[in-house]
Amino acid sequence: MSFVKLSVSALAITAVSATAAAARDQVQVAGSSTVLPYASIVAEAFGENFDFPTPVVESGGSSAGLKRFCEGVGENTIDVANASRQIKDSEIKACAGAGVTDIIEVRIGYDGIVFASDKAGNGFEFTPTDWYLALSDTIMKNGEMVANPNTSWKDVNAAFHDQPIQVFIPGTKHGTREVFEDKVILAGCEATGAFEVLKAANGDDKKAAEKSCISLRTDGVSVDIDGDYTETLARIESNKDGIGVFGLAFYENNTDKLQVATMSGIVPSTEAIATGEYPVSRPLYFYIKKAHIGVIPGLKEFAEFFVADEIAGPDGPLAEYGLVSDPELAETQAVVADEATMGSNM
Amino acid sequence: MTDASLPTGPTPKGSIYTQSPRVKRRNAAEGRFKFYGMLAIATGLLMLAILLFTILSKGTGAFQQSFITLNVPLLEAKLDKTGERDLEKIKKVSTFGYAPIIQAGFETTLEQAGLQSDLKVKTQAAILSKSVAADLRNYVLTNPDMIGHTVEFKFLANSWIDGYLKGRVSRISVADNKAISAEQLDFADSLRDAGILRKSFNPAFILGSDASDQRPEAAGMGVSMAGSFFMMLVVLFLSLPIGVAASIYLEEFAPKNRWTDLIEVNISNLAAVPSIVFGILGLAVFINYMNLPQSAPLVGGLVLTLMTLPTIIISTRASLKSVPPSIRDAALGVGASKMQAVFHHVLPLATPGILTGTIIGLAQALGETAPLLLIGMIGFIASNAPGSVAEGLMSPNSAMPAQIYEWAKRADPAFYERAWGGIIILLVFLVSMNALVVILRRRFERRW
Repeated sequence: MSFVKLSVSALAITAVSATAAAARDQVQVAGSSTVLPYASIVAEAFGENFDFPTPVVESGGSSAGLKRFCEGVGENTIDVANASRQIKDSEIKACAGAGVTDIIEVRIGYDGIVFASDKAGNGFEFTPTDWYLALSDTIMKNGEMVANPNTSWKDVNAAFHDQPIQVFIPGTKHGTREVFEDKVILAGCEATGAFEVLKAANGDDKKAAEKSCISLRTDGVSVDIDGDYTETLARIESNKDGIGVFGLAFYENNTDKLQVATMSGIVPSTEAIATGEYPVSRPLYFYIKKAHIGVIPGLKEFAEFFVADEIAGPDGPLAEYGLVSDPELAETQAVVADEATMGSNM
Repeated sequence: MTDASLPTGPTPKGSIYTQSPRVKRRNAAEGRFKFYGMLAIATGLLMLAILLFTILSKGTGAFQQSFITLNVPLLEAKLDKTGERDLEKIKKVSTFGYAPIIQAGFETTLEQAGLQSDLKVKTQAAILSKSVAADLRNYVLTNPDMIGHTVEFKFLANSWIDGYLKGRVSRISVADNKAISAEQLDFADSLRDAGILRKSFNPAFILGSDASDQRPEAAGMGVSMAGSFFMMLVVLFLSLPIGVAASIYLEEFAPKNRWTDLIEVNISNLAAVPSIVFGILGLAVFINYMNLPQSAPLVGGLVLTLMTLPTIIISTRASLKSVPPSIRDAALGVGASKMQAVFHHVLPLATPGILTGTIIGLAQALGETAPLLLIGMIGFIASNAPGSVAEGLMSPNSAMPAQIYEWAKRADPAFYERAWGGIIILLVFLVSMNALVVILRRRFERRW
């Protein structure tokens, strides 16, 4: 039976050739889905302009990426982890435990988080206080903490239209959620004075007060979206009263379907975020294993290319896509050029 | 009197030519049942029609792309200042350095066509895809002799212009858009009237590689198709021999006892295990324990093999069972050994059934996404076309369904159209594989 012979021989050939191909020749990146579009833009341009193959960029979230990053040193581990937040001490420890000690931290720029609703619906001018009053499970009313009774935006702020509160916020596995809690809900909590009350009630425990500030109501008014922004957009398209939390870049690509709300009177834009006027933004990072530089071809070149002026600068393709370029880019470039690890420059 | 011994039932009241109410009810029940059946079939057909209509209406656009034909002067002053045609020096000019060349291309082309535009050249050039600079650079690097000449190129227009030609983007929808302005759409109109901007079939969508978020117009399925192909290769070469060997042993040689019963039950159970479970298994065993590379089609193929094996074993055993025992008895009767009887007589007769099961298993594996998410085959991966079989198996790649998923979640609405287009390509593969099954069954399968 020739078919059997053919399949057996082909199997043998693949088995032999599979063991022959070993050394990895492309940079491997994984991590935050917020950084993914930027990293893939850079990877693509890198592949076009250098003789190295195009790096591989996987998504999966900041925490998942850093976890894989900290698995160890060697060709079977990733070289670069993208993160939409800074690496945690616990993660640095986990890395050290697996032998990943020299980590280079690179800040590529800032990302804005915007609040947007259906294009045809009502416009909003939010302050953090509004969001706190709309979403926290307990709010302060007449000097007392009560379970959140608000059902319409008009209850939250008399200046708003009478529209039922229905918001789609990123789920807890997203880095965006943390920023949303910190810069919006917590800020609103502090602004209403509820924070002080909670702090006193918890015996001056700041942590506990923060925790009860950011615990959101669970009566269906706010929906956690564990998927991507496309899912949030789909929810808003089917529920015209919905308000969603998006990345600035995503909003800018979908201006025909969404209208953006101002925050504390500032329209979100790359300029307003760069100057710090627009409050809801966060830095984006990637982390490099120093031990892989020189082992994986093109790793250092890729990192240098990522933060080069022509890529990450204010006129580069990343800024064009929605990244707020870092005013201190020159320092970042120096970090990459010197391969300065986290311990040495802190 | 014999009549007295007959059971005295109710005497028929009417003639047999008219229906009694009971018969009427029974007939009516049958009629209703027929109607329900037809209703069920009609619902199924309607769903299929809706599905196909949606896929085709949303996806066919992806196979066409807007192109701009430009006469580009490859200026020596920009590309090769020394004039030595030294490839290393020409390589120093990065894709960013090609922007003035493309702008010069617009100036030349507009002049030749006798068109005027108030837009700045930079704004004009912005209606091109961002992939154009790379295409141009590749062309120059492969044809350094053409520096100094004017060459005609067919460039991709960017996704907004393409969406405008396809009716997805309008002047109203771009009002707040930073990437494109109404003036650029006017400019695109004038180019279209002059025949410079045209929509045509785009083979790069089927053959090309994935592109980053900034250039949806350049993204294609080709490389992820290769990834799927290599995975199927692994699945075929592993699951077919293992599956057939296992079924022959179980069906023809194994004693019937509690152990084989247990194995049998477990194989059937395995067929019902959700595919994501195999993904986690693959991550734990193949990547973390055996240290196989991440995102490699080899690992994907191994995981899908686990998933396909039960299907193949079950269908192979069914087709072995359907070969009548008389064939075996006859072979054994003329002195064949048991193995000869199986391999010379039973297996050839069961082959069509085995192949049918294998192809159905492969088709299932081809459309599988969930396990691939866990072994790193999702993301911006399908950008390097594999050079050889070994590279195809070991180097990172995506697969068709994973690529579709990846496109569907990207921000730019143009990727959405490509996701639907990708579904069409995937469906073409699945339908042709199923058609092959039907042909095999019709032509070769014997019934006793």
